[in-house]
Amino acid sequence: MNFEFTEEQGMLRDSVARFVQDSYDFDTRCKIAASDEGMSRENWQTFAELGWLSVPFAEAHGGFGGGPVDTMVMMEEFGKGIVLEPYLATVLLFGGLLQRGGSVEQQAELIPRIIEGSCLGAFAYLERQSRHAITDIKTTAAVQGDQLVLNGEKVVVFNGASADQLIVAARSSGEQSDEDGITLVLVPADAAGVERTAYRMMDGQVVANITFTDVRVPVADIVGEAGEGYAVMSPVITRANVALAAEALGIMGQLNAKTLEYTKTRKQFDVPIGSFQALQHRMVDTFMAYEQVKSLLYRAVCELDGEGDATAACVHALKVLVDRNGKKIFGEAIQLHGGMGITDELDIGHYAKRLMMINTTFGNGDYHQAKFNELRYSA
Amino acid sequence: MDTSFAPEDLAFRDEVRAFFAEAYDSELQARLNNLETFKEAVIDWQKRLYKKGWIAPGWPKEYGGTGWNATQKFIYETERSAAGIRDVIPFGLNMVGPVIYAFGNEEQKARFLPGILQSDDWWCQGYSEPGAGSDLASLKTRAVREGDEYVVTGAKIWTSYAQYADWIFCLVRTSNEGKKQNGISFLLIDMKSPGIKVNPIVSIDNHHSLNEVEFNEVRVPVANLIGEQDKGWTYAKALLAHERTAIAGVADSKRSLAETRAFAEREVNGGKSLLSDPLFQKRLSDIEIELMALEFTELRVLATVAAGGAPGAESSMLKIKGTEMQQAVQELRMEVAAYYQGVLPNDLTPEQLGHDFGSQARQTYMYGRASTIYGGSNEVQKNIIAKAVLGL
Repeated sequence: MNFEFTEEQGMLRDSVARFVQDSYDFDTRCKIAASDEGMSRENWQTFAELGWLSVPFAEAHGGFGGGPVDTMVMMEEFGKGIVLEPYLATVLLFGGLLQRGGSVEQQAELIPRIIEGSCLGAFAYLERQSRHAITDIKTTAAVQGDQLVLNGEKVVVFNGASADQLIVAARSSGEQSDEDGITLVLVPADAAGVERTAYRMMDGQVVANITFTDVRVPVADIVGEAGEGYAVMSPVITRANVALAAEALGIMGQLNAKTLEYTKTRKQFDVPIGSFQALQHRMVDTFMAYEQVKSLLYRAVCELDGEGDATAACVHALKVLVDRNGKKIFGEAIQLHGGMGITDELDIGHYAKRLMMINTTFGNGDYHQAKFNELRYSA
Repeated sequence: MDTSFAPEDLAFRDEVRAFFAEAYDSELQARLNNLETFKEAVIDWQKRLYKKGWIAPGWPKEYGGTGWNATQKFIYETERSAAGIRDVIPFGLNMVGPVIYAFGNEEQKARFLPGILQSDDWWCQGYSEPGAGSDLASLKTRAVREGDEYVVTGAKIWTSYAQYADWIFCLVRTSNEGKKQNGISFLLIDMKSPGIKVNPIVSIDNHHSLNEVEFNEVRVPVANLIGEQDKGWTYAKALLAHERTAIAGVADSKRSLAETRAFAEREVNGGKSLLSDPLFQKRLSDIEIELMALEFTELRVLATVAAGGAPGAESSMLKIKGTEMQQAVQELRMEVAAYYQGVLPNDLTPEQLGHDFGSQARQTYMYGRASTIYGGSNEVQKNIIAKAVLGL
C-alpha cells in the first residue's frame, strides 16, 4: 500500500505546474477567457509539444499509455490555474471514446491527430430535456443504405464551437431514456446540416448548441457498435468524473491557500483577521473538507481499474463530496475575503465559478447521491 | 499509488479472520457485556491476544510489538471491527506503554512493559483535573520531592476505569516557574498507595466508568518518574497524538454503520422497509460517503507513519472527523430505534419487549457525547490544526 507518485508522474505534475506558474497567471487567464474561442490555440500547441495530449492514449497510437493517476496529477494542476484549454473535451471525452470504442481505422486516423494538436474534439451528449440523465436522447440516427442520417439538437457541448470533430450520442432504437439503442457517431463539425450556436459559460469556456438537420455520415463512422453506445460512454464518463474531481481538488487547494494567505495579511481591529478563532476554526473546517476530497479521490483512482458497482459507487460518492465540500470551500473563501471576495477583479470568484461548473457537469451532487443510494441500498 | 492487497496481505487477512473466529467466542462476548464480569473478561481476551503475539500492533518489535507494516495494521483493525470485537483497553497498551518504551529508562521498561503486554496491570490515565480540562497544562496536582519520594496532593477527574486500576499515570506539577507547560512531570503511581481515594461518577448513559481520583499526600518513589522532572509535557504530547489517532475509530464506525443499516432494513415504516425511505437513504449515505473518505484519510496517515513520519496534526483531523462520524452513526441508530431508544436496561427478553437494540443504542449514543470532548475537545484540536498546519 502506498500513496506515492512514480517518478514519471512526478515529472508530469511538475511540468504542468511549471506551465501554470510561468504562463498562466490570472491576467493571462482572463485575456484567454475573453478571447473569441475562450481558449488559446497557441497553448494547445504547447500542450502537444510537452506531450500532455498523448498521456491517456495507448502506446500503439503514439500515446504515453498513462493511467488514471497520470490524468489525476495533470487535472489537479490544471485546476490550480483554472486552465481553459479543452483537455477534458478533446483528450478525455472525445479521445477517450475513440480509445475505448473506436474502430482500428478511427483510432489510427484520429488519435495521432489529437496527440499532435491538430484535431480538437467534442462529445455532444446533452439535450434540452436531459438535465443529468445522459441516456435521455431524442436526436435520431437512422440507417439509410450505407449511410447514417442524424436529426436533432445537442446543447451545452463543451468545446463545441471550436471542435473539428464531434462524437454525437444519438438514438437509433428504443425509448427516449433507454440505455440500449444509443449510437455514438463521428461527425465532422463542418458537415452539411451541422449548425453551431456558440455562447459563453460562467467559467470562461465557450460551448455550443448544435443542430443536426439530415446530416449524413457513412455507417463506418459509428463509434463502437450501433445501439451499444452506452457501454462505451459510461466508463469514459466515469473516468471523466474522476478527472473533474481532480481538477476540483486543485481549485479547492488554491481557494484554501489564497484565503489563508489573505487572513494572515488583512488587518482589521489592528490585528490580522486570521488571529480570530471564529475564522481559524472555519479554515480548519475547509482544510479538512479538502483533505477528505483528496482521500476519496485517491480511493476512486485506486478503484478505477474495476468497472463493477463498487467502482461506480465510489465515483458517485466522490462527486457528492466534491459538490458538498466544494460549495463549502468556495463559500468560505468568498466570505473570508470580505468585499473583495465578491469582485470580478479577484480570482476567488473565478475559481468558484469553475467549481460550480464542475459540480453540474455529468450530474450534480444530488444526482450522484441518488445513484449511490440506488446502488448501495436498493433491495 | 496502489492500495490493492498483495497475495501475502490476503493470506494475512485470512489468518486474522481465522484467529478471531476461533478465539473470540459468544461466551466471552457475553461476559464482556456483563458489568459484573467485564474486567476479568477483558483481561482474559487480552491475554489470548498476548499469547498470539498480537496484543500490541503499534509497538516496535523489540518491545513486544508485531512488526506489522501499515497495510497489515489496517487489515487487522478492519477485521477486528468486522468481527465485532472491541479494541483493547487503551490506557496501558496505547498510552502509557509507548511513553515508557520511548522515554523511560531500562529499569522502568523491564518493570512495567511485561505487565502491560500481559494485561496483569490495569492502567488508568491521570490527566484532566476539576480545574484543568481542555487547558490541560493548567493542572495543579502537585508533587513535592522529599528524599527519594514525591509527595503528591491533588485530584484527577474523568478517570475511566480507575475503580479497576492497579496503576495510574499522572501529569503532576513539580514547578511553578516559567510557562505552565514547563514544570509538569510524568509519574507512575500505584493505585494501592495510601492516600488515594476513588470517587465514582455516573455518566449520562447511567453507567459508572468515570471517576474522580483524590491524592492526599501520596508517596511515590522517584524511580517512578518518567524521563526528566519538569519535562513531562513533552512526553504527554507524544502520547496524545497516539491517543487521538486511536480515538478516530474509523473501522468501528464502519461496522456500526453496517449494523445500523441492517437494523433499518428490517425496521418497517408504513409497510415498507425504513431502508427504502429516500430521506433515510440520504442520511445514511451522507455518513457512508464521509466514512469512505475518512478511511483513506486514515490510510494516508498510516502510510506517513510507516514511512517514518510521526502522527502530528493529522491525528487531530482524524480525531475530529472520526468522532463526528461516530456520533453521526449513533444518532442515526437512535432514529432507527424510534421510541425503543427510551428503554432503560431491564431483565426482559427481546421477545417480551418487542425490540432488541434500542436500549444499547441509547447508551452508546449518550456516552458517545464524550468522544468530541475527551482526548482534547474537538475545538482544541481545531486550535492545534490552525497553529500547526495553517500557521495561524
